Amino acid sequence: MASANLLVLVSLAYVALLFGVAFAADRLAATGRGAWLRSPLIYTLSLSIYCTAWTFYGAVGYAARSGLEFVTIYLGPTLVMIGWWWGLRKLVRIGRSQRVTSVADLISARYGKSTLLAVCVTVLAVISVTPYIALQLQSITLSFSIFSADGPPGGDTVGPNVLWVASGLAVFAILFGTRNLDANERHHGVVTAIALEAIVKLVALLAVGVFVVWGLSGGVAQTMSRIDASEIGQWRVDGGRWAAITFLAAAAFLCLPRMFQVMVVENDDERHLRTAAWAFPLYLLLMSLFVVPIAVVGLDILPEGSNPDLFVLTVPLSQGREGLAMLSFLGGFSSATSMVIVAAMALSTMVSNHIVMPIWLSSRGGGASQSGDVRNVVLRARRVSIAVIMALGYFYYRLSGGGAALASIGLIAFAGISQILPALVGGVFWRGATRIGALSGLLVGFALWLYTLLLPGLGAGLMPDSVLLAGPFGITWLRPQALFGITGLDPIVHSVMWSLTLNVTVFCVASLVSFPSPLERLQGAQFVNVFDHSTGLRGWTGSVAQSEDLMIMSQRILGASQAQAMFLREVALQGGRGQFPEPTPAFLERLERELAGSVGAATAHAMIGQIVGGSSVSVEDLLAVADESAQLLEYSSQLEVKSTELARTARQLREANEKLTQISLQKDSFLGQVSHELRTPMTSIRAFSEILRDTEGMKPEEKTRYATIINNEALRLTRLLDDLLDLSVLESGQVSLDIRSGMLRDVLDHSVSSALSGSDRPLAVRRGTAQEAAPLLCDLDRLAQVFINLISNAQKYCDAPHPELTISVHQGGGKLVVDFIDNGSGIPADAQSMVFEKFARVSSDKAGGAGLGLAVCREIMHRLGGDVRYLGGQGGGAFRVTLPQVGEMVAQ
Amino acid sequence: MTGTGKDPAATSPAVFLEHQSYRRRRLMDAARLLPLLGAGLFAVPLLWPGPKAAIVGDTDGLVAMSDAITYIFVVWGVLIAASVLFGFGVRYWARPETPPETRQG
Repeated sequence: MASANLLVLVSLAYVALLFGVAFAADRLAATGRGAWLRSPLIYTLSLSIYCTAWTFYGAVGYAARSGLEFVTIYLGPTLVMIGWWWGLRKLVRIGRSQRVTSVADLISARYGKSTLLAVCVTVLAVISVTPYIALQLQSITLSFSIFSADGPPGGDTVGPNVLWVASGLAVFAILFGTRNLDANERHHGVVTAIALEAIVKLVALLAVGVFVVWGLSGGVAQTMSRIDASEIGQWRVDGGRWAAITFLAAAAFLCLPRMFQVMVVENDDERHLRTAAWAFPLYLLLMSLFVVPIAVVGLDILPEGSNPDLFVLTVPLSQGREGLAMLSFLGGFSSATSMVIVAAMALSTMVSNHIVMPIWLSSRGGGASQSGDVRNVVLRARRVSIAVIMALGYFYYRLSGGGAALASIGLIAFAGISQILPALVGGVFWRGATRIGALSGLLVGFALWLYTLLLPGLGAGLMPDSVLLAGPFGITWLRPQALFGITGLDPIVHSVMWSLTLNVTVFCVASLVSFPSPLERLQGAQFVNVFDHSTGLRGWTGSVAQSEDLMIMSQRILGASQAQAMFLREVALQGGRGQFPEPTPAFLERLERELAGSVGAATAHAMIGQIVGGSSVSVEDLLAVADESAQLLEYSSQLEVKSTELARTARQLREANEKLTQISLQKDSFLGQVSHELRTPMTSIRAFSEILRDTEGMKPEEKTRYATIINNEALRLTRLLDDLLDLSVLESGQVSLDIRSGMLRDVLDHSVSSALSGSDRPLAVRRGTAQEAAPLLCDLDRLAQVFINLISNAQKYCDAPHPELTISVHQGGGKLVVDFIDNGSGIPADAQSMVFEKFARVSSDKAGGAGLGLAVCREIMHRLGGDVRYLGGQGGGAFRVTLPQVGEMVAQ
Repeated sequence: MTGTGKDPAATSPAVFLEHQSYRRRRLMDAARLLPLLGAGLFAVPLLWPGPKAAIVGDTDGLVAMSDAITYIFVVWGVLIAASVLFGFGVRYWARPETPPETRQG
């Protein structure tokens, strides 16, 4: 038989092994060689601190009492893990982006970095977890007592054992849990030791299970029939409890400080969740696979009245399997120690960051920059907290006497810690959740839990039986276990139902009614939309003078070298020189996060606030932030409109420029042409007038000839100038039209006679008089000018032996069309497009005019609302004049 | 029919990518539904005759423990297997799907 001394020896050796592993892992991580320390496997195994001694020993006892109900404790976490894509992923992302140090820190940070909320959550966590720690101490003690009872007399050593166990665990937690100040930093040593313990407890339970099923019962089928034949052979689980405890386990899995510690704070990589999502449920499945067989066999072979909580130990012992029993003892020991260490670590972080630091800060009053070394204060606070928490657990154990069944204590703790759930889930998924809502929900739930579950559960010492049975002051409706007259419910179901329902209700109502502070709204948006923007919004303003104070403070929290490194990094980032970075909002934000990793969000915020002088977040800023995107959108669309407008203007300008250039060119060439046209007649006028002046004895007929030439040239000049004037008047649109009504025939008659009079070149004009009886309403003189020009052109340029001009008139399409077609050779095709240009002359030999006639005609016709153009393919020169018909003109 | 039955992925790669991201989203939906399915399956025992039937004395109608164990553990195993499948499904696209969080470290 194993003696108690051997047992102590084995335990000590095992603890030494854990120390060694933790130490080696820390060393490995420090040298950067321990890549496997950050593997998903280690992460999954570290989650197994969910399985405490309660599950290791208690599950079998639970199964022996209530059948399969124990499995609900595992089903809740299984569902949470399987739904990781929904919840845990977001939680881990928030934890990493906000550098969260504990569940209290998360809730405080979400609700505007509220210290009060953090304190409440911390107190709640300490009160809920203390019984749980006592439970672990109890289970270790019980397992010792099993061996002691069989060994040499030594039952009285149980008491000191507990003290030793508690102290040893405290030392372990202090040594490995408070090495670094940055609680957000990974504790590789502890996590690796926990992973090892996870393997030990799984192997131990599986070994006992295999021994029971195949060693004692003779196989699976026999075990099953043995189960059916036992006193728990039928499904007798209460539906309410089944659902409530499943829910409770899921909630506690998320809210328990130690679970939050390993799941979120110690998480190295979000992608580890992917593996843990199936590996951890598998671990839980394996842990619970053999629970019922062990319970059934224990009930079967052990004497009546044996404690079912210890079947895992007593069954192998009763069969003389001391090695197996020892392994099983180590498994239970592992479960207890890992839970206690992590819980103490998590709780001490919460206590030091949310209770000790704020008190210390306010007691110093003056400001974080002048006071002593914060690092030591925080570390000391953590170490003392661990010791205090362990002491609390120890005293709770001594006071309660260790009588209550393991499972019920665990459930009470679960129900207590679940009160955090509404604030946690609401904070992560609902932007409307406010600090007031979270605080009031938490307080209501906590109070109800105390009243309906914890105090009645502790026995007569804390709550008189009269209150329990008849309600306070005899009000039966307020009986702790039958609120509002609902009797017959299981106490757990009753308490969970009332506390959580009212918690959620108060949380929602108070959130809806209250109005959040700007910082809360800022944090709320960051938490709920963590996948959209992981970077924070700026809330600080500062001045250069404060950088030194910030440096002093950071050194005291982060340590000199780390703080200096960070400041230098910031200086480099800002592209400046010197020792201190500008206290830009971005820098302050990063510094606050860095500090939050050590002392929690609320404290870090307060400390920076003391130096910088308060957060500058105002409602206006918030609104600005909210409107920013909308404004950006609007601004960009405005920019787009403006840019298209600019492009259009530029195009118009370009076109205008081209036009101007063209016009300028035209003007130049026009001036050149005009000068040229003027010079030719001028030259001959000058020459002949000089001859007349200087030649003596000139014959009279010679004089007459020269004078005639001068006169002709002068006439040509006059005509040219007339045409130019005419054209400029027409082009500038300043011409005044003398609109009269008349007949086309009259205008044509007048034009033909004018054009042909005084001409020596014969031109036969053929007219279709019937069509010419068309009424006109326009400037008849101008129209006649056009006709005269066209007729005289035909007269001048028609090169047929018997020149002939046909004037034909048609009407149609609201137009009156007059064609002038001669029988000459017409205008060559390449010159047709040129004839209406100024100074365009088709042939240079018959220099009759200045080349402005047709240009003038076109301008006139445009003014009259018609057109004139060259008509090709008529066998000779052909021009078509188009006029609006009278009806159309009247209508205009 | 044979004339139109061409592989759309071969003609336009965009359709193929669409298809992949569509699958991705449905996979996410499945992951979200999985815990609900699990909760539903684990709620089935609530419908079994419970302790009240036992009080009446109708012990024959009770579900045998071996059957209950089998049911619970099979459901559990199926959920784990589904979770494994989803984990494999997301192992390549978990990185691009999640926005880079290392940027702000």
